[in-house]
Amino acid sequence: MIESADNPAPFEPRITAFVCTWCTYAGADLAGTSRLAYPPNVRIVKLPCTGRINPLFILKAFEGGADAVLVSGCHPGDCHYTSGNYHARRRWAMFRKLMDLAGIGEDRLFFSWISAAEGGKFASLIGQVTEQARSAGPFAANPARRQP
Amino acid sequence: MARVGVFICHCGENIARTVDCPSLAAAAARLDGVVHAADYKYMCSDPGQTMVREAIVKHQLTGVVVAACSPRMHERTFRSAAAAAGLNPYLLEMANIREHCSWVHSDKAAATAKALDLLRMMVEKVRRNRALTPIRVPVEPTAMVIGGGIAGIQAALDIAAGGKKVVLVDRSPSIGGHMARLSETFPTLDCSQCILTPRMVEAATHPNITLMTYSEVDAVDGFVGNFEVTIRRKARYVDPAVCTGCGECWAKCPQKKIASEFDAGLGLRAAIYRPFPQAVPNKPVIDAAHCIRLTRGKGCELCRKACPRDAIHFDDADAIQKVKVGAIVLATGFDLWDHAAYGEYGGGRLTDVINGFQFERLASASGPTGGEIRRPSDGQTPKTIVFVQCCGSRDEKQGLPYCSKICCMYTAKHAMLYRHKVHDGRAVVFYMDIRSAGKGYDEFVRRAIEADGAQYVRGRVSRIYRRHDGKLIVRGADTLAGEAVTVEADLVVLADAVRPRAGARPLAQMLGVGSDANGFYSEAHPKLRPVETAAAGVFLAGACQAPKDIPDTVASASACAAKVLGLFAAPQLEREPIVARVNRELCAHCRACIKGCPYGAIEDFEVKDRKGNLVKVVASVNEGLCQGCGTCAAICRSNSIDLDGFTDEQIFAQIATME
Repeated sequence: MIESADNPAPFEPRITAFVCTWCTYAGADLAGTSRLAYPPNVRIVKLPCTGRINPLFILKAFEGGADAVLVSGCHPGDCHYTSGNYHARRRWAMFRKLMDLAGIGEDRLFFSWISAAEGGKFASLIGQVTEQARSAGPFAANPARRQP
Repeated sequence: MARVGVFICHCGENIARTVDCPSLAAAAARLDGVVHAADYKYMCSDPGQTMVREAIVKHQLTGVVVAACSPRMHERTFRSAAAAAGLNPYLLEMANIREHCSWVHSDKAAATAKALDLLRMMVEKVRRNRALTPIRVPVEPTAMVIGGGIAGIQAALDIAAGGKKVVLVDRSPSIGGHMARLSETFPTLDCSQCILTPRMVEAATHPNITLMTYSEVDAVDGFVGNFEVTIRRKARYVDPAVCTGCGECWAKCPQKKIASEFDAGLGLRAAIYRPFPQAVPNKPVIDAAHCIRLTRGKGCELCRKACPRDAIHFDDADAIQKVKVGAIVLATGFDLWDHAAYGEYGGGRLTDVINGFQFERLASASGPTGGEIRRPSDGQTPKTIVFVQCCGSRDEKQGLPYCSKICCMYTAKHAMLYRHKVHDGRAVVFYMDIRSAGKGYDEFVRRAIEADGAQYVRGRVSRIYRRHDGKLIVRGADTLAGEAVTVEADLVVLADAVRPRAGARPLAQMLGVGSDANGFYSEAHPKLRPVETAAAGVFLAGACQAPKDIPDTVASASACAAKVLGLFAAPQLEREPIVARVNRELCAHCRACIKGCPYGAIEDFEVKDRKGNLVKVVASVNEGLCQGCGTCAAICRSNSIDLDGFTDEQIFAQIATME
């Protein structure tokens, strides 16, 4: 497609993903070893456990220019650290209520459980998140970073 | 100032095909803090590792980023290389530009841009990495083997032979597993019991092995080197220390018509029973679900009255026992898929349509027919048997998607055994493909066809039903001849698919072991670490990992033993120093972290002045117990806990650098 004023390049959202080492990071590895293609918009930050995620990480990601944030860990009951993902889930339930208040909008924050065996689920989730972030449009909380 | 070196791997063509590695290296060289950047075809090879080592010394690097495969693949490799060059291994990080980038994207510009982002994030992290020292923990040199089939027995014997203690746990009353039920084994046709039962006895009498039969694993705490396993010893109602296994009790038991699990439902047992005559230990248990005394709470007690040793106690109860072990071998084995899901094969309602295990029991000298092939419905000797391979295997719609691996071989064996026992019998085998890779395996199948006259028909069976005269009508296709086939059979044997044991999943969850999409336990690496798991100190033996035949099972069990003995060879273990740390100046002692820690690893600590007066109480992390999940760091309200290796500063730096 030729870019022009009438026909601009499609908006490519930036997605920051906070994932745990044991399940979702390994699931993303499996998507790789299985050669399951997905959009290149996601940047993964590896953490030992979703329980490690401080809500500030998510806010900082948006402040740093992310258009969407994904948090993904082990399925309930499967946490490598027994219960870290439950802490994350409780924190998330509280935190998403504050998203609108922070002017971000719940539709830019995604939460998922992906096990080490679910490479296909990881690839399709990244596809979905990318599409939804694309339709949500650029997140302009920090216009300074949005200068072309 | 940080002096970071960046090393970009082409992984042959795996990365270089989609990521422009030379321009990535050029871009990396311009990043803040980077003093050296290089790319190479195979960074993990000896010349590649030498590049890293030499650059660390030459450029006096204080941090290294290797942009290559997943850190789950080669982090250890590169960290060892860094350590060899005198750099603290925890100052090296990997950017995953293969699994997370080149393998999943095709647009070279976008993939290269993403690779640079991933690389930049890691450079920012490494600039803030601190040198860490592995934590040393003592090792309890006792192994636990869960599952007493041939896999568990082999692993236990090999570990015991290496001079270490083993606790062998089985949930059934006897060890032996499925192998004890088999008639003869392919491809040599040795009698299964003859090769297995001596090993069962050896396991029971070995001074290094403690047998815990009729026991379940209820909980697993701790970590590699220091597990604490909670075992529930189910009530046997028979004191094994007193019982001699004389058999007076089961002779007197009035409840004799219970389908025997060991005989796959073809034989009967009493409510007080031993699973089979060669059971180890050879002592009965009472099946509380069928015992008259235990279901009604009174009456009967014929067995107790008959017992000459007064070994039977109806007030017996489950007992909980905790065992400390350093390593765990999972050998939970498999179950057969239930062909009841196949309505067109009778849905499990046709008495003379049986599965592979039932045929094993019919062919076994210790089976309900004494080794004579007689069909379950009327005890007649079948003149025609149809064997159906791939029943439930390789069927994504109604069955299971994978190949069960052992059925081609055991079906050939069944056809052979049948022809040896019933000389005028006709054996017809329906198959999709013959998968007989293995030493002596293809020759074995050929023998079944050529020497023993089994009639192989390539095609699927579409329907099995019972005609009014009792004949089983098997309709199928012969895809080589290109025609429909109908066989009148007296017995049909379905090669039901192999699937993971019921209850395998909760056990995996207790141990932190992953399972694949089919429920089999996941190995750490499918090729290079086939018996290890993602949970350190937990190993996989036998068919709990994937369908396996006996030789493969025994090989994996011995491999587990080698791994366990290797683990126990050192008196202390080195553990990842990823632990939480409390800033005692800031801690306000709100105790939120103490409540949140999944391991109970955070304790109160009294800060005292020089005179010994209490100044304040703060939280303190016990490094031996902390597993490094970081939950406390996110919980802390005063930001006074951080996680080594994943500090707030490191993560914020990673986030801030994304463009």
